Amino acid sequence: MSTRLVTFTLHGHLYGVDVDAVQEVLRTQPRTRIPLAPKTLGGLINLRGQVLSAVDMREQLELPARSDEQEPMVVVIRVAGEPVAMLVDSIGSVVDVEDDQFELPPDTLSGASRELLLGAYKLHDQLLLALDVERAVAA
Amino acid sequence: MEEMDEIVQEFLVESYENLDQLDRDLVALEQEPGSRELLGSIFRTIHTIKGTSGFLAFNNLESVTHVGENLLARLRDGKMSMTPTTTDVLLAMVDTVRELLAAIEERGTEEGVEVAAPVAAITAVLEGREPAATPVADLLPEAAAPAPAEPGVAEVAETEPEAVVEAPVAEAPAAPAAAASAPAAPAAPEEEHTTRRNAAESSIRVDVDLLDTLMRQVGELVLSRNQIVRQAAETDDLELARAAQRLNLIVTEVQEGVMKTRMQPIDHIWAKMPRVVRDLGSSLGKKVNLEMIGRETELDRSLLESVKDPLTHLVRNGVDHGLESTEDRVAAGKPAQGTLTLRAYHEGGQVVVEVTDDGAGIDPERIAAKAVQKGLRTAEQISLMSQADVLQLIFSPGFSTAAQVTNVSGRGVGMDVVRTNIEAIGGTIEVESVVGRGTTCRLRIPLTLAIVPALTVECAGDRYAIPQVSLLELVALDADRAATAMEEVNGAPVYRLRGSLLPLVRLAEVLGVESERSDGHVLIAVLQAENKRFGLVIDRVLNTEEIVVKPLDARLKAIGTYSGATILGDGRVALILDVQALARRAMAAEALERTAADEVAGEAAKGVGEQLRMLVAGIGSGRRVAIPLSSVTRLENIPSDKVELVGSREMVQYRGQILPLVRLDRHLGAMSERHTDDLVVVVYSAGDRSVAIVVDEIIDIVDETSDVHSDIDDPGLLGSTLIRDRIVEVLDVRSAILAADPRFYTDPAPVLDVDGTITTSFQEAL
Repeated sequence: MSTRLVTFTLHGHLYGVDVDAVQEVLRTQPRTRIPLAPKTLGGLINLRGQVLSAVDMREQLELPARSDEQEPMVVVIRVAGEPVAMLVDSIGSVVDVEDDQFELPPDTLSGASRELLLGAYKLHDQLLLALDVERAVAA
Repeated sequence: MEEMDEIVQEFLVESYENLDQLDRDLVALEQEPGSRELLGSIFRTIHTIKGTSGFLAFNNLESVTHVGENLLARLRDGKMSMTPTTTDVLLAMVDTVRELLAAIEERGTEEGVEVAAPVAAITAVLEGREPAATPVADLLPEAAAPAPAEPGVAEVAETEPEAVVEAPVAEAPAAPAAAASAPAAPAAPEEEHTTRRNAAESSIRVDVDLLDTLMRQVGELVLSRNQIVRQAAETDDLELARAAQRLNLIVTEVQEGVMKTRMQPIDHIWAKMPRVVRDLGSSLGKKVNLEMIGRETELDRSLLESVKDPLTHLVRNGVDHGLESTEDRVAAGKPAQGTLTLRAYHEGGQVVVEVTDDGAGIDPERIAAKAVQKGLRTAEQISLMSQADVLQLIFSPGFSTAAQVTNVSGRGVGMDVVRTNIEAIGGTIEVESVVGRGTTCRLRIPLTLAIVPALTVECAGDRYAIPQVSLLELVALDADRAATAMEEVNGAPVYRLRGSLLPLVRLAEVLGVESERSDGHVLIAVLQAENKRFGLVIDRVLNTEEIVVKPLDARLKAIGTYSGATILGDGRVALILDVQALARRAMAAEALERTAADEVAGEAAKGVGEQLRMLVAGIGSGRRVAIPLSSVTRLENIPSDKVELVGSREMVQYRGQILPLVRLDRHLGAMSERHTDDLVVVVYSAGDRSVAIVVDEIIDIVDETSDVHSDIDDPGLLGSTLIRDRIVEVLDVRSAILAADPRFYTDPAPVLDVDGTITTSFQEAL
């Protein structure tokens, strides 16, 4: 069995989400910040007239914050029929991975990322961390 | 009669649609004869038509559908199975029904349509006989021949030769019409059709989801329009400007048009009011005449739903509490029958709905007393309020004017719930009342929720939208004025807006962001929410525009500060501020107001020469004293003999409270020149305590004072000032109050014992 993932990077790591969940990928979008909102909410985005919440995946995975000059890219995914934007560092590509490359997250992995990760695919040159889409953008 | 026509029209439209469905279902049923689902659907359709036709007294229609229903019921329950014959008679029945409907539509009567034949045909099938024996079949002799005498139903299905059944299928629809051809009947419809669209053609049913989608898309269109109009205004391109202008007009029309598709007359919810009023009236023994004006006034269907319950509550309230009993009415010289009027009209882009009774009206005094008693407002807050404002207190949570709880409108669902519901849809509610004449509750409801006029403002570089419905006015203060006009009460900022204190909320603080305004200018949006006024301090006012409200996802709603989001002309998202929530969140409003009021009293007592209203009173020996009016609850005349002595102090009982007295003449060393047997007192209250300050006479109330000169060292005075060219001493209210009640500022109120004697902490104090 092979799975098709859309990949993107965060803090130098390669992440992937199921291609079926991805609606589209966008360049940097103007965002409206939301005072009082949790830090994981990176703002609101106007997607052709629809207002999307943008989840900052660095915050969500408890990675160091992006530097100011580094503008995030946007991956729009659909969760329960509703589009949600994920803010990521850069967009990778679409890759096919085989089930035999898959391993569950190591037991030593703790914290937020363990909750959000399905596991890792061992690519020949690096690891591709598969995200649980629904949890990744949950509050 | 007109109403009846409307009902018949609706019935026709509905029935035509149902019949089309029925045709499809019946044909489908032939493919899968056992389908319970299809049979059930067909049965319900026929049942509906039967029910309505019985109600509208279309007896022929009823008799046809009645036998059809019987047959369908047996099929549905599996007591009979579908055969081509049953399909035929059912289709024939549908055709007959269609003809009857056509006759009703064109001539208003079902006369002239032959129903005996199809009824007999269905009855025959029901009884297990062959339709061939019926008059329908008689018209087609060749079909009648091979009919077996008495076969079982199941057998029929198997033995019936196809050809024989085909004949009635083809002919049956035509047969009743032919049989029915009363001379003029068939000709008339032909002519009518050309001039008048029939009921089914002139209106269509549209899925509400589709309308919602359209509305959303129009929203997008409005946004794009705003964007283009803005950009066109910035260029010199005349062509573009003209095109933008046209676009502007067209979009506005489209927007109105689409909004209209969602509009329904308010009569939809009014229709049940006569019954509500009648039932309630008779259970209360009141005669009530219900008048409804403006039933055709339309509003958005989603709003209509939301208005239903509050409106019903107001109507019940009007009958229950608004209108007096018949005896009271007669005694008051009014007609025995009370009148409740519902009135709806459009005004300034809103729908106004009024519920008016010609009852006893609401006494603001009673409301005020009740509000104080319930601790909703302090007496001095009330004293500062206009009568109209006092009336609005009935919408405060925890307020219910019903002297006794009735099972009608006193079930804990108060007017505050009505207000909450109305405000939830961006509406407002107010009450007007004339004692003895009646009460009017007025709802103002936006035409639609999807597109609302709003004010866009800026705070810390971000833009926010504030719905216009909450906005009262804008106040701009330059740096100099801001420095003096904004004051602090216990660290809470307030602004004096035309003499009354306006609590201020700094948006930047609420949102936890850094304001970008550093030049000292202050912009205040005066907002109203839940009957409270407050000023929202913002960085900049940008624009007023129509915004399209986009819902927020749950986690943003949970923040409680935003009611939605919108997209502005430049395509950026802006958050819509939830004014109600801001009011609740940012100020423990009541507390703030109260401290503000107290503080002002204190400040005035300290002699800050502001524009305060002063009460000027004579205290004898030709001396005049000014008392800040903000601390005065009431002016009263009290009989001298009501004064009781407790220890060496004088007290009076007043409205169930004990008022310590201070005689200003003695307090300030003057000689009273008043020699009547009543006392003029100035009642001063704070919290739940009051004192009475006795003066000789009330001379005047003045709006302004010049600076207070604190050149007098007399105890009990703050200084002197000039009022109308006379020197007036300014009373140190605090010291006067402490002279009457040393614990005024520290202790809770004394209470009256059940026997009415004063046994309080005062005695301990002595």
